Amino acid sequence: MADHKKLPLEGIRILDMTVVWAGTYCATLLADLGAEVIRLESIKRLPPITRGYMPYPPKDVIEGLPAFVAAMPGREPGRRPWNRYPLFNAHGRNKLGITVDLTQPSGMDIFNRLVAVSDAFVENNVTETMDKLGISYEMMRDVNPRIVMLRMPAYGNTGAYRNYRSLGVHMEGVIGHTIVRGYEDMDQSSSTNVYAADAAGGVQGAFAMLAALHFRKRTGKGQLIELAQAENMISYTGQFFMEYAMNGRDSGTIGNRHTSAVQGCYPCAGDDRWVNITLYDDEDWAAFRNAIGSPAWTEDDRFATHSARYENQRALDARIADWTRRRAHDEVMHILQAVGIAAGPVMDQRDAFADPHLQERGIFEEVYHEDVDGSHLYVGVPYKMSDMPITIRSGPVQLGADNEYVYKKVLGVSDEEYAEFERMGHIGMDFSRDEG
Amino acid sequence: MQAESERRDDGALSDLRVLDFTHYIAGPYATKLLADYGADVLKVERPEIGDGARRMGPFPGDAPHPEKSGVFLHLNTNKRSITLNLKSQQAREIVLRLVKNVDVVVESFRPGQMAAYGLDYAVLCTINPQIVVTSISNFGQTGPYRDFRSSDLMIYGMGGEMYSTGLEDREPLKLGENVVLYQAGAIAATATMGAVFAIGSQHVDVSLMETQVGTIDRRMSMLLAYQYNSEISKRSATATAGGYPNGVFICQDGYVQIAGGRNYFDRVVAMMGAPDELLDERWYVPEAQYDPELEDEFSAYFIPWCLERTRREIWQAAQESGVLSAPINAASDLINDTEIQSRGAFTEIDHPAAGNLLYPGRPFIMHESPWSVRRPAPLLGEHTEEVLTALDYTKDDIEQLRQQGVI
Repeated sequence: MADHKKLPLEGIRILDMTVVWAGTYCATLLADLGAEVIRLESIKRLPPITRGYMPYPPKDVIEGLPAFVAAMPGREPGRRPWNRYPLFNAHGRNKLGITVDLTQPSGMDIFNRLVAVSDAFVENNVTETMDKLGISYEMMRDVNPRIVMLRMPAYGNTGAYRNYRSLGVHMEGVIGHTIVRGYEDMDQSSSTNVYAADAAGGVQGAFAMLAALHFRKRTGKGQLIELAQAENMISYTGQFFMEYAMNGRDSGTIGNRHTSAVQGCYPCAGDDRWVNITLYDDEDWAAFRNAIGSPAWTEDDRFATHSARYENQRALDARIADWTRRRAHDEVMHILQAVGIAAGPVMDQRDAFADPHLQERGIFEEVYHEDVDGSHLYVGVPYKMSDMPITIRSGPVQLGADNEYVYKKVLGVSDEEYAEFERMGHIGMDFSRDEG
Repeated sequence: MQAESERRDDGALSDLRVLDFTHYIAGPYATKLLADYGADVLKVERPEIGDGARRMGPFPGDAPHPEKSGVFLHLNTNKRSITLNLKSQQAREIVLRLVKNVDVVVESFRPGQMAAYGLDYAVLCTINPQIVVTSISNFGQTGPYRDFRSSDLMIYGMGGEMYSTGLEDREPLKLGENVVLYQAGAIAATATMGAVFAIGSQHVDVSLMETQVGTIDRRMSMLLAYQYNSEISKRSATATAGGYPNGVFICQDGYVQIAGGRNYFDRVVAMMGAPDELLDERWYVPEAQYDPELEDEFSAYFIPWCLERTRREIWQAAQESGVLSAPINAASDLINDTEIQSRGAFTEIDHPAAGNLLYPGRPFIMHESPWSVRRPAPLLGEHTEEVLTALDYTKDDIEQLRQQGVI
């Protein structure tokens, strides 16, 4: 782009006290749109999981953690491990980072000065964390009547569960997602962790904030938004609640099956390679039969009609797998998509980066980040706008990287005061070694 | 039950008018979010047939009926419905007249279909230079897979983290049905609102696959882990991720999830009432959490402890000791949970064909501009006459359009 176009949320400043994933993802989606998102952290306390489990972990701790959490270059903690976790850096784009210790009265003064010059605030801590700091909507509104405050606790800011701690995977157990997503022939103890509730809460928080900012534009009114992440996930699994409302029945898992199509995940050539195939109707079946060379088994009575095939999916699985396992997963996709059948590989990370479609669409963007020793491809924004590229404008935010800009330019803090804040433990780019 | 009322203007989005050409799950969820927070959403459906979701279950008594689909009723609250055969020139004229007065168009046809109807973005933004058009499709409006078909399973496999979901010795496993499609719908609603803030018209292109590639549910982090350290993430051999107790455990009335190993082992012991046998130092040396024999020994205490207690008792004990945990609930557990009920997570809606039912309620609470149900999901074409009359079509015109199969 030759000339700079104003991004949709340019001029909107959002204070971000989010942790782990749902809240941080929400802030990322708002930052993508051009809001000045200022992430507030404290060098006195590392928020658990968000930037690792401890400020200065030994190498063996880093090595023992799952890849998506801790596969930093060489699995080496480096000088500033908290700036190196994939868990954090994957969503750290487009934000500013400052540090302030809110447990000191002077920290709350700084906080109030920030609130006065901001449009919005977002956090996703358990209710009592904000209570202990003395942060509430009333208190923020007194400082800035136009502020939008978005709170995203797991189970709400009221009620018996308001202080219940939870990761996304736990909310999914509570609201009934876990029970509908296992292998259909195994019991719940085989369930493995997913974090769909974080993704759901994150994007819904961004939508909520945009709705509130839109309302404020029209009416001048700020407001409090309360997004109980578990309740949000109820909306995502609506059909299971409608089933209960209509028929008094709880739904079990259907594994990789579909409620009406014939569908499964089949092995392919190579080590641990898989392809998903969905056959919606008779027309799909005819095309599929043809594509695989109309072998004799397709004449079997058990596969004569769509409902017969649906009833006999396990028998069908074995036949389909016989055909798929002699082919590469992307080859199966191309053969079947060429005749209009829904088929696609289960892509590991190599597949994703090598995928010609994703490459042409430009979902990955190269970003330099000094704390991970160079440039890498990061996932960018999950949608496109025709007239305005929404991109990664800045890479993963480092702890305290924007202290100077925010304290001096946004708050107008003098050099002397800045030095004083540094001395008091508000300002820094390293977690203290004796605390947290 | 909130009575159907006149248009309220206290909704956050009640100044927005939306023309909705979406069907099935993702698109309708996007426009449901807009509608439930106040936007005036007019849903365009095919005459006679309507949105395909009308044929998806659940149905009361398992009897399919186009006005009683649970998924359709849930996804189309607060919308109005007009039927239009978009292949006809008259229908196109009606759409172009409607487009003059709307802020947002959302569509989920296969790429190229809007152009085939003569209604692509280039046409729409000439008529209305401020318009936001959001297109939701399997793989986006461009690229080699543009015209590929898909399913909820396939989208998760190609875009999301299916490869490492499930057990090592089994096939990869998907999420609960349609969850990835709801996520795409929420991304589309967010991107649409982002575009509403932009100056001038915008065409927003949402690819279901990319909403999974760009998801916080492990995929972005897994991809970065590969960039940083060339690690491919595999499904794990056991349901737990190291340390104990960590995973899903059977209890008196079902299953509970406990994430309590490693640093949090002492909290689990506190949760269990600090039995003497578990206070010995050998449990607390760093290697203890990686010792399979000790894990077996621990299980001998932990399994009976769980079996003697209900999900709710364990959840409460765990929370009191700071152990991350959850009961594995079914829909009925939630609907019958007085705490969840009293917060208003569900809402009763009366529908002329399906009757009075309990629906999932607001996804979030806005204190100044509330979520509201102003009307239930529309009957097919319920508002065709109302909309055409407002465009100054006479009763005779409307009858003629009906006979020509336009509406």
